[in-house]
Amino acid sequence: MKYMMLFAEPEHHILQRTSADAPAYWAAWSAFAKSINESGLVIEGNALQDKTTATTVRFTNGKRVVQDGPFADAKEQLAGYFILEVTSIDPVLEWAAKVPGVDSGTVVEIRPIMSVQ
Amino acid sequence: MTDTVQTVEQVARNSYGRLVAFLAVRSRDLAAAEDALGDAFLAALDQWPRDGVPQKPEAWLLTAARRRMIDASRRSATADAAFPALEFAALDAQREADAVRDFPDERLGLLFCCAHPAIDEAARTPLMLQTVLGLDATRIAGAFLVAPAAMSQRLVRAKTKIRDAGVPFDIPSARELPERVEAVMEAIYAAYGTAWDDAFGVDAKRRGLAEEAIWLARVLTETMPENAEAHGLLALMLFCESRRAARRSSSGAFVPLDQQDVSLWSAPMIAEAERALRTASALTAPGRFQIEAAIQSVHAQRLFGAPVRWDAVAMFYGSLVAIAPTVGAYVGMAAALGEARGPDIGLTVLNGLNDADITDYQPYWAVRGHLLAHAGRAPEAHIAYNRAIHLSDEVAVRSFLLARAASVS
Repeated sequence: MKYMMLFAEPEHHILQRTSADAPAYWAAWSAFAKSINESGLVIEGNALQDKTTATTVRFTNGKRVVQDGPFADAKEQLAGYFILEVTSIDPVLEWAAKVPGVDSGTVVEIRPIMSVQ
Repeated sequence: MTDTVQTVEQVARNSYGRLVAFLAVRSRDLAAAEDALGDAFLAALDQWPRDGVPQKPEAWLLTAARRRMIDASRRSATADAAFPALEFAALDAQREADAVRDFPDERLGLLFCCAHPAIDEAARTPLMLQTVLGLDATRIAGAFLVAPAAMSQRLVRAKTKIRDAGVPFDIPSARELPERVEAVMEAIYAAYGTAWDDAFGVDAKRRGLAEEAIWLARVLTETMPENAEAHGLLALMLFCESRRAARRSSSGAFVPLDQQDVSLWSAPMIAEAERALRTASALTAPGRFQIEAAIQSVHAQRLFGAPVRWDAVAMFYGSLVAIAPTVGAYVGMAAALGEARGPDIGLTVLNGLNDADITDYQPYWAVRGHLLAHAGRAPEAHIAYNRAIHLSDEVAVRSFLLARAASVS
């Protein structure tokens, strides 16, 4: 089965990306990415640019409305993802527990990927 | 005809959990396994009266259920959903059906699957009771004080999650066992409690449930020999089960524990319970089930001619309320203190409980009536007994309480 791990990081983590803490922030993520890639389970994974770069498209009264910003105004923002191929949810839960910042506000959502043909 | 229906019922009772677990572990789809097995039982009710009961009813049901699952997967729209079922179909169905006597028992794996952290916590125990132990959603809803429709919905959602999110059916690694074993033990004990309520084994679905529960606890102690509570749970259920024959008189009347004829108790079962309790205490990790078993052990000493040491019972209840402060534990403590140190002490404990917890709790009112009667407060005792009678749905218990109330003057 394929699963997507979505990382929602709180604002104070996102801010680390460009602050004095940036080297530590990126080092933690590089280390995580390196080890999860070495597990051989990863199909794809990436960090996302921060929410100021997001563009949202919706239709209102039959008209396309393009807006600046993400679709959800949550305290956390979607910051990255990994797609894994495994036989059950258990190894994904294992990796989720090792995500940088997960012990200080980052939330990991795990979703099985539906195959649509 | 009636015989055949009874045979189907008997096979259903004895094999439901084993068959569901076997099918679900292989198809990784619990809901589909249950549906297919339900269809297989319907087909059996239709065909067996006409063609006779097959030599190996379980094998017949297994084969029928597998065919249904394969058919269902062929009709299913997405390749993903079909994959596990098709893989499962590739197994040599006939070979396994022939070897049905030895087909592996996967019930414990299914119990741990239901206790997986990815499953909604409120659905875990109900799901175990339904799938492994075959209790219906209405009865489970009653036990969990939830509307049947809401409970059904919760169960369906949990089964869908197991399938779609790939929740595994394995016994988890040693590291994950402790966090899940508690829910598993709760379910086993709840199943035993359901069987216990049915003193005469009148309800076909519940007949055999007590043995199932004890069997599961035994497998659990073998899987996790280092878990003291698993041994404690086994001991507790064995102590209770040892008294089954003594709980009702020959005319069907309720016999309270302290008046039971000990010659009707099962001495071998009590001996096994004592061994399990010793194994548990040697592991020096006390817990709720061990304390409850210890209380039963004090009562069991009557088998050897010893009077009940109510001070010891009261002390164990004290430890129990310290770690699991349930209303039931407090009421038990009140009853024991009432015997050991007089009714007023017991009544003080009862008076300390919350109104909301005791309004509909029958044992509270029965114990209160008993203590008030002993304290010589007859009018109040009558009120309490009446309330207990009103809250009992079992005829034998009601008659017992009526007789008790009548003897207070």
